[in-house]
Amino acid sequence: MDHVSTIEATKAVVTLDVALPGIIWGWMITLNMWAKSIGTGVILVGAFLLYRHKKEDMPNLRWMMPLISFIALNVFLLFTLVDLHQPLRMVNIFLHPHWTSAITVGAWMASLFTGLVTLMALIGFFDAHPDLRRHCPLANGCRKVSGLYEKVFPFVVFLALPVTMYTAIIMAQSSARELWAAPAEVIQMLLAAFMVGSASLILISGNWSKEAKRDLALILALSVMFSFLMYMGEYFFSYKAAEVEATLAYIHYGGSYNLQFWSAMVLGYIIPFFIAWGSLKDENRIMMKFAAVTTLIGLYLAKSTWLEIPQMIPLS
Amino acid sequence: MKLGFLVDLNLCMGCKGCEIACKVENEVPLSSWRLRVKYIDIGTFPDTSRSFTPLRCNHCENAPCERICPVSALHYLDNGIVNIDSSRCIGCAGCMMACPYGAIYMDPESNTADKCTYCAHRIEGGLMPACVVACPVEANIFGDVEDETSHISRYIMEHQGAVQVRKPEKHTNPKHYYVGGGNQTLNPLAHERIEGYGLFNNITHLDTLGDPHHSILDRFLTPIFGGHNDHLKNESFVDMPNEAGHDSHEEGGHH
Repeated sequence: MDHVSTIEATKAVVTLDVALPGIIWGWMITLNMWAKSIGTGVILVGAFLLYRHKKEDMPNLRWMMPLISFIALNVFLLFTLVDLHQPLRMVNIFLHPHWTSAITVGAWMASLFTGLVTLMALIGFFDAHPDLRRHCPLANGCRKVSGLYEKVFPFVVFLALPVTMYTAIIMAQSSARELWAAPAEVIQMLLAAFMVGSASLILISGNWSKEAKRDLALILALSVMFSFLMYMGEYFFSYKAAEVEATLAYIHYGGSYNLQFWSAMVLGYIIPFFIAWGSLKDENRIMMKFAAVTTLIGLYLAKSTWLEIPQMIPLS
Repeated sequence: MKLGFLVDLNLCMGCKGCEIACKVENEVPLSSWRLRVKYIDIGTFPDTSRSFTPLRCNHCENAPCERICPVSALHYLDNGIVNIDSSRCIGCAGCMMACPYGAIYMDPESNTADKCTYCAHRIEGGLMPACVVACPVEANIFGDVEDETSHISRYIMEHQGAVQVRKPEKHTNPKHYYVGGGNQTLNPLAHERIEGYGLFNNITHLDTLGDPHHSILDRFLTPIFGGHNDHLKNESFVDMPNEAGHDSHEEGGHH
């Protein structure tokens, strides 16, 4: 047998054991994290743009921002629920909360955040479409409390930060997988939100002012650059414990996730950086939309790789 | 009181009696194990040896599974056992991601997390865990590690310097000890799983987690309407008409 020569003399060989579970948290959790990054990212980037520019520079931002966030957060919540093996017992998180668990704290925060974003989306949507459903009590009620939008918004922005980052704490609590426990993950989660938040807003920024679009390109360029540098720093230069080294073997040359990882880096980070950086001087609307789409795809692939490779190594 | 386990790997002969006793006592479903005995081959021919390592929940003092469980389904008992309340479990698999020892599984019948409880129900009745009773060489030693007169405490004192826990660097403070273990037996990264090396089969990974017939829709409908996975109960395999055997009997009659 060919593989006999590949066994290191210092290594033992498993000759009888039970079948081990493979990927436990798969594509649904990847989609969950990716959608949450969009849901919080558009709020964070939108808040920055509203601070820097007049509302008239971004006419559809007031209703599109919470609407995109609302859709993304519902995708996130749907797949969180569907991934549970007992989804109807999700209510136990609210009836029997265990506060040391980042899952519990995150679920409470994300629920509150989604509630407030829903309120903003309803107010923003019916304010932007005054002729729509003029006799509907809900629509009229939303229009009456229009001022609530601006009052709720600061709390939503404040809440978007922990809602973005709590997944990193869940992963750190998943102490069986050392790759996830890196302290840099909190910052990576935040950068991911800025990446896909700006990418999502680029797709709806057709009639925005040049200055607002330039800010969007700057946020995209900076977030993908810092995120990419952190990945590369961790990959090439950081000290790695034995378990992390064994995990990263899956993305090294010849590893089963090598192509996926580098595709993620090229699509999600390298391409958007150069396009966005180029757009700072000379705006190219089509190329920016292309960069936004590659960012969204690239981040999904990066999250998927990062989520799955630590689950490949045996724990016992 | 702090209950703990010690396995003397010098005594274990890999009979898997403990594994079977656990399966029977706790009605552990097919494709799942609370306790398993792993065989590894060490050395280069002709200087080789086979080592047997029973693996079960370590009932950590600082249990990551208990910490991450969002609904306290995993909880400590007063005697130090990390117990699980399956009726509260939401099946998020967070505990499976947190346990550094891979000791938690998703029960394919109940679709909830489950694990070794040191046979908490037997302990409550004054009995020893099933695996301890079944062990023919008394390699499994169980008792109160805080009582210095207990068998396990005396065993630990007699073997000072040779008592180890798995993955001490995780700071989980396991209450499951090994005597006679080494890096190759206790560190999963120190041995390889190579296709074709299995003694009885080549299955290295499960295809699915929990019940393979439990679709996303079933997850919502089964708790309300129930009964979708009766075919998976262990009893159903016992009661199953053995058509293959019947056929072969008839065939045998012809010859």
